[in-house]
Amino acid sequence: MSVSEDSILKFTRGHRLQHDRVRDVWLIQAPEKAFIADPIAAAILQLVDGARPLSVLIDTLAETYQAPRETIAGDVQTLLTSLIEQKVLSA
Amino acid sequence: MSFAPPPMSLLAELTHRCPLACPYCSNPLALDRRAAEMETADWLRVLDEAASLGVLQVHFSGGEPMARHDLPELVRHASKLNLYTNLITSGVLINDVTLEALDTAGLDHIQLSFQDVDEAGAERIGGLRGAQEKKLNAARLIKARGIPLTLNFVVHRENVARVPEMLDLAHELGAGRVEIAHTQYYGWGLKNRDLLMPSAAQLEASTEAVVKARARFGNSLAIDYVTPDYHADQPKPCMGGWGQRFVNITPSGKVLPCHAAETIPNVVFPSVTTESLGAIWQDSPLFNLFRGTDWMPEPCRSCSLKEVDWGGCRCQALALTGDASATDPVCARSNQHALVMEAATAGHDGEFLYRRFRAI
Repeated sequence: MSVSEDSILKFTRGHRLQHDRVRDVWLIQAPEKAFIADPIAAAILQLVDGARPLSVLIDTLAETYQAPRETIAGDVQTLLTSLIEQKVLSA
Repeated sequence: MSFAPPPMSLLAELTHRCPLACPYCSNPLALDRRAAEMETADWLRVLDEAASLGVLQVHFSGGEPMARHDLPELVRHASKLNLYTNLITSGVLINDVTLEALDTAGLDHIQLSFQDVDEAGAERIGGLRGAQEKKLNAARLIKARGIPLTLNFVVHRENVARVPEMLDLAHELGAGRVEIAHTQYYGWGLKNRDLLMPSAAQLEASTEAVVKARARFGNSLAIDYVTPDYHADQPKPCMGGWGQRFVNITPSGKVLPCHAAETIPNVVFPSVTTESLGAIWQDSPLFNLFRGTDWMPEPCRSCSLKEVDWGGCRCQALALTGDASATDPVCARSNQHALVMEAATAGHDGEFLYRRFRAI
């Protein structure tokens, strides 16, 4: 399964990305638990705003990190597919 | 004294008042009365201190937290501090008006308890006529507003046969999560232990029902399953370790490493009415009493699992052996494990002692 690049992704209600200033990590807050987002996941998820389509997210990341678009697109698809399955994000 | 990492989670027990009288209630036997409860301003300050200490999630609990009229104000304040707000409720005080106030205050999630799927069984436990219908209605109102919902079922020998129907109900009501939690034997639950204790066959059947439901519902329903540790031979990592992740504040402001810790003898219980939450977490004798592994006796001290289970549960060790620093007798390596094995087979039916304020 992959997510269409036209999709506009957002966090489902009850889930959000949050910077924890005490521990200096990014977290996904979820019902009765929190997961640490590694730096790559955090960079991707900070662009999930319920407004821009996935294609723009990938372009932005490719430019910011000066990496081939296909590589970025692969990483982004892997993360987002898993988070959609877990209902953390919706497309 | 070494630096303790900050707590992740705060259980804010706003009140011990509750319309239900469940015989396994996690509140202490000596309940705080209304006059002893902290004021709104105290809780607002506690939330400020919790957020700056590093708490991520606040679980508003009780008793029934909706018995406090300042609950929406506390939720709003916690939300502004970017704390994840969870309401742990019986649901019997939920209606359009009370739910709207919580929703607009920014409540993130609700954990709604059910005592059974069978109305007579539910009323036998909760002791409140008409509660089941109120809870079902509450679940529908919560879904209609789109607030994320977890159903919680505490299971025991009288209702454990209905775990399959409990899982079906959670799915039917559109809950994203359900907890099937075997009773924990502290406080009221310990008083009623033999009347709640499932047989090994009942435990096995409930585990099988959970496995089947996981396969059937997949990602549409997350199932948290808490097994009864009396039937186990390895202790649970209680609270993720004493004073490591979790902090509990009672209605009157006492700060505890777990909700049963008031049973621990010969130690002062610190209070947010006289000290800051950060100082209590870091420096109080209570929080340092069983923190880490230095306090451990043998066989824990030389056990390879000591940083996995953190020696199990201190309150359980105390309740069963009379010594809070003993190895949790759930552990097969404890020389008192027979206590647990005997209790696990001692279940029988009978009349409960219900949770009540004690007559003075």
